[in-house]
Amino acid sequence: MTTEASSLPLNAPVQGMSSGVTLPRLIRSEWTKLWSLRSTRWTLFFACLSMAGLGPLIAVITMARWNHMPAIQRLTLDPIERSLGGYHLAQLAIGVLGVLVISGEYSTGMIRSSLMAAPKRLPVLWAKILVFASVAFVLMVITALIGYLASQAIFTQHHVNVPLSQTPAFRVLIGTVLFMTVTGVLCVALGTIVRSTAGGISAYVGIMFVLPGLADILPTSLSNAINPYLPSNAGGSVTSVFQQAHTFSAWGGFALFCGYTVVAVGLAAYLLRTRDA
Amino acid sequence: MIEARAVGKHYGQKVAVDDLTFTVKPGIVTGFLGPNGAGKSTTMRLILGLDAPTSGSVTVNGKHYRDLRAPLHEVGALLEARAIHTGRSGYNHLLALAQTHSIPKRRVDEVIELVGLESVARKRVGSFSLGMGQRLGVAAALLGDPKTVILDEPANGLDPEGIRWIRNLLKGLAAEGRTVFLSSHLMSEMEQTAEHLIVIGKGRLIADTSVSQFVSQASSGAPVRVRAAQLAALQDALTGNGARVIQADGGAIEVQGLSSEQIGEIAAAQQLVLHELTPLQASLEDAFMSLTKDAVEYQQV
Repeated sequence: MTTEASSLPLNAPVQGMSSGVTLPRLIRSEWTKLWSLRSTRWTLFFACLSMAGLGPLIAVITMARWNHMPAIQRLTLDPIERSLGGYHLAQLAIGVLGVLVISGEYSTGMIRSSLMAAPKRLPVLWAKILVFASVAFVLMVITALIGYLASQAIFTQHHVNVPLSQTPAFRVLIGTVLFMTVTGVLCVALGTIVRSTAGGISAYVGIMFVLPGLADILPTSLSNAINPYLPSNAGGSVTSVFQQAHTFSAWGGFALFCGYTVVAVGLAAYLLRTRDA
Repeated sequence: MIEARAVGKHYGQKVAVDDLTFTVKPGIVTGFLGPNGAGKSTTMRLILGLDAPTSGSVTVNGKHYRDLRAPLHEVGALLEARAIHTGRSGYNHLLALAQTHSIPKRRVDEVIELVGLESVARKRVGSFSLGMGQRLGVAAALLGDPKTVILDEPANGLDPEGIRWIRNLLKGLAAEGRTVFLSSHLMSEMEQTAEHLIVIGKGRLIADTSVSQFVSQASSGAPVRVRAAQLAALQDALTGNGARVIQADGGAIEVQGLSSEQIGEIAAAQQLVLHELTPLQASLEDAFMSLTKDAVEYQQV
């Protein structure tokens, strides 16, 4: 290795070609970061598999058992929610990946490289959220459609299928995908706030899966008052075919969930801007 | 050009950096020296906008780091703590950084070649040795062809060949007119690489001087080795003039408190023949030790 090699020949062109950090450039960078990790590819593969595969699998089992099912079960069968049942697993994967997108940078020190390249800091967070939310939304829309259409094709065996055009099938499908996407964004915010993978995933699981359980052990009147406001219930309302008692309307609840996410993202942005990296 | 103006950083009660003022000029390699825990890494993090100073300010090329529109073209940095995601390949790490500034892919290949990582660039960084990780860090620092290069303990984990490589690289970068600022706790490394020195201890500035001046300053109180025909008589004459004399090997004495000029004159006045008169120069290591002995965080007992 000679010193001559360091007389960086691209001096002029490099300087001329790029005039600085912009949001589109950070988005390209985050795209590369996202897909160049094996953990991302596996987690997204798992989410896609759950979303596209679990609904049809349940449909096949249901149809096979149809003739032995009690009448009450046949009547209460919800072909819409069943075909999208994989979302529970997919949501977990999307949430964990949302945390990892940023906590992985903190645990490895990569965040320092990222912030040295983009010292304004906030555009890094916006780029991460935009890239991750877009990827999650597109993949989940595609796999939800596959899962839904495949399941309905199976449900035709006993003519319990619901076409996508029939209310509220499309609302439930798109609502489920949006709920997962916004959950992903919430998790990016949580990961940014706590700056650790374990902490971020714990916060996610605590908020979305433990809080509802805690609310259930409260006296009924109290839990009925609190329940609709819990993030998981508010956001989940858009994934339900029927609105149960003590819940918000489908889109009203989802709007509240988006509000929680905005607050979390705001806090994450404030902390990212002001904390030492 | 790096300019620190009365910069300070406190972490709660603990003072990491205290009222530091210095300038790092382009065209030469400036060494940043101090015992472990002296505040070198903190100062570098302040320069790079990773930590916000509690007081004062630091600018790079006349601007606060956070205000740089294209920081990778202004400053390239290698931090002591790893700043690379271990799950990514070296190539993708550099590519992701390059894309933030639309730096072309061929530049990524170029810096990989420059640091000699062609054969492993597509492997996950997690499988890299310490030295390979260090080379990848150097590649990232040079990615934007920066005017200023900041390296925290770059020799860490490098083999002797790698140390020589980075030394030549840094000298070459400085010769091109770039500002090169590197920290180390190893004096010997600095002696061979740096022209100018900024020495800190316990977060405070101890010296801001050229390497040669630093050594001669520290040597001013150093002893002079003397051999003479009538050693006993000379010894009496010297102690009579206030010198402290200790016996050294090879029939010589080491004289402290008098310069070689003074010793020569005293000998001449007494008509004594001198066989040897050697001012003992302190090495950079000794100079550094004597300057920072009060500022070492963990004193050995």
